[in-house]
Amino acid sequence: MREVAIIGVGMTEFGEIWQKSFRDLVAEAGIKAILDAGIEGDEIDAMYIGGMSTGRFIGQEHVGSLALEVAGLEDLHIPSTRVEAACASGGVAMHQGYLAVASGMYDIVVVGGAEKMTDVVGGEATNILASAADREWEAFFGATFPGLYALMARYHMHKYGTTPEQLAMVAVKNHYNGSLNPKAQFKRKITVEDVLNSPIVADPLHLLDCSPITDGAAAAILAPLDIAKKYTDKIVKIKASVQACDTLSLHGRKRFDSLPAAVHAAKKAYEIAGIKPKDIDLAEVHDCFTIAEIIAIEDLGFFEKGEGGKATEEGLTALDGEIPINTSGGLKAKGHPVGATGVAQINEIVLQLRGEADKRQVKDAEIGLAHNVGGSGGTCVIHILEAV
Amino acid sequence: MGVARYWREIPARYNLIGKKCQVCGKIYFPPRSICPTCRRKSIGKMEDYKLSGKGTVESYTIIYTPPPEFSDKVPYAIALIRMDEGCYLTGQIVDCDLEEIHIGMRVKACFRRIQEDGKRGAIYYGYKFRKV
Ligand SMILES: [Zn+2]
Repeated sequence: MREVAIIGVGMTEFGEIWQKSFRDLVAEAGIKAILDAGIEGDEIDAMYIGGMSTGRFIGQEHVGSLALEVAGLEDLHIPSTRVEAACASGGVAMHQGYLAVASGMYDIVVVGGAEKMTDVVGGEATNILASAADREWEAFFGATFPGLYALMARYHMHKYGTTPEQLAMVAVKNHYNGSLNPKAQFKRKITVEDVLNSPIVADPLHLLDCSPITDGAAAAILAPLDIAKKYTDKIVKIKASVQACDTLSLHGRKRFDSLPAAVHAAKKAYEIAGIKPKDIDLAEVHDCFTIAEIIAIEDLGFFEKGEGGKATEEGLTALDGEIPINTSGGLKAKGHPVGATGVAQINEIVLQLRGEADKRQVKDAEIGLAHNVGGSGGTCVIHILEAV
Repeated sequence: MGVARYWREIPARYNLIGKKCQVCGKIYFPPRSICPTCRRKSIGKMEDYKLSGKGTVESYTIIYTPPPEFSDKVPYAIALIRMDEGCYLTGQIVDCDLEEIHIGMRVKACFRRIQEDGKRGAIYYGYKFRKV
């Protein structure tokens, strides 16, 4: 296997972007990444694009072909593949791109992720997101997607004494980070009281414990490490790219205070990278709900199981903390266009490792980790990146 | 959605019929065709098994923002239930004050209306849970 580098990244602004279509978003993220990498279109060998539910959000499947056309690459007839793994679609597209380059099959690969979630109205977006859960044995009986995370939250609170205030502090921190990110959907700071006073969605989770409905797209350009220098001096190496899967339903798992797929993927990723959790300088984790960040920072080995809430309360995960988590604002504040999220996380880590994260720059960041989850934990993708 | 999709799940949803692996004896619900412990050895050896319906609340939530099919039911409780046979399932808890629900509460399955396909469509039934 060859070593793989990220030679360029790009993403759109995240938010409710009425004036831009799915095509516009894909084009914008792709163009930014290609310009960042300094590659020509005819150098691209393949494309992988993450999209969770384009069929239901915009009535359009076959978005591999759509992305190729948007990129103006149809005369090259290169393979362009849409990848789906619920909210981990972007992370899995990254993993597929990584495998394609590492294997020697392709040299320059474009990885993208996109979702246009605000073209549907009313509660339809929430209903579409519920398809990440088990339709027959969870959703049929009235379980919602926030409901599944609420079950994990209650379990975690009961077992370890995690408090609603600690959950809220995840949202407060991520909104603060989002206020420093020009591309974030929410640039507004919030307080613990704001979270606890927001309407309850699925007890114990309030509205401000949940990530929003978002439009957006992100892209990254991959190349073999040995030819990456030809294009750029700002090379970020992929030290590990690991995907792990688990049961579709939450009730099918062995435990509920952890996502076993995340634990498995993390262990393997650290092994491949030859590092320990303490070597990670910052991480983007899948905070689709505040409890998800607390579980993630435990699963990734940054804190002992059950200590995630306390660590958040003590500020250890803040921008100036021991291990800054979700410097971009995370899914919570940056926004969560489901198919794009995994690639947007990569964008943030790359900016941080290149020292281009401006007001939210983590000092001396050398190694970063991205943790992208599909559904209630049925898929987890972990990437460890290093500045070269 | 066509009614066949609901009709074919009737045995499991009406009568809690899961599967028992004849190799290791483990019981599964919802029904599955391969035992994750015995895998290949379990092929063709997964037999129907009716659960007792008794279980314990492992975790629960109260839903305030429902899917459209459940909009007339809010707030309602959804629980993760450990059945006495060792498997877990997801279902509503009914017939009690929502404040009474707690982790460790003993429950038993009952047969209830779950949802309906609009005002004129089919009514779908299945299990919910009651305090013992
Ligand atoms: Zn077995």
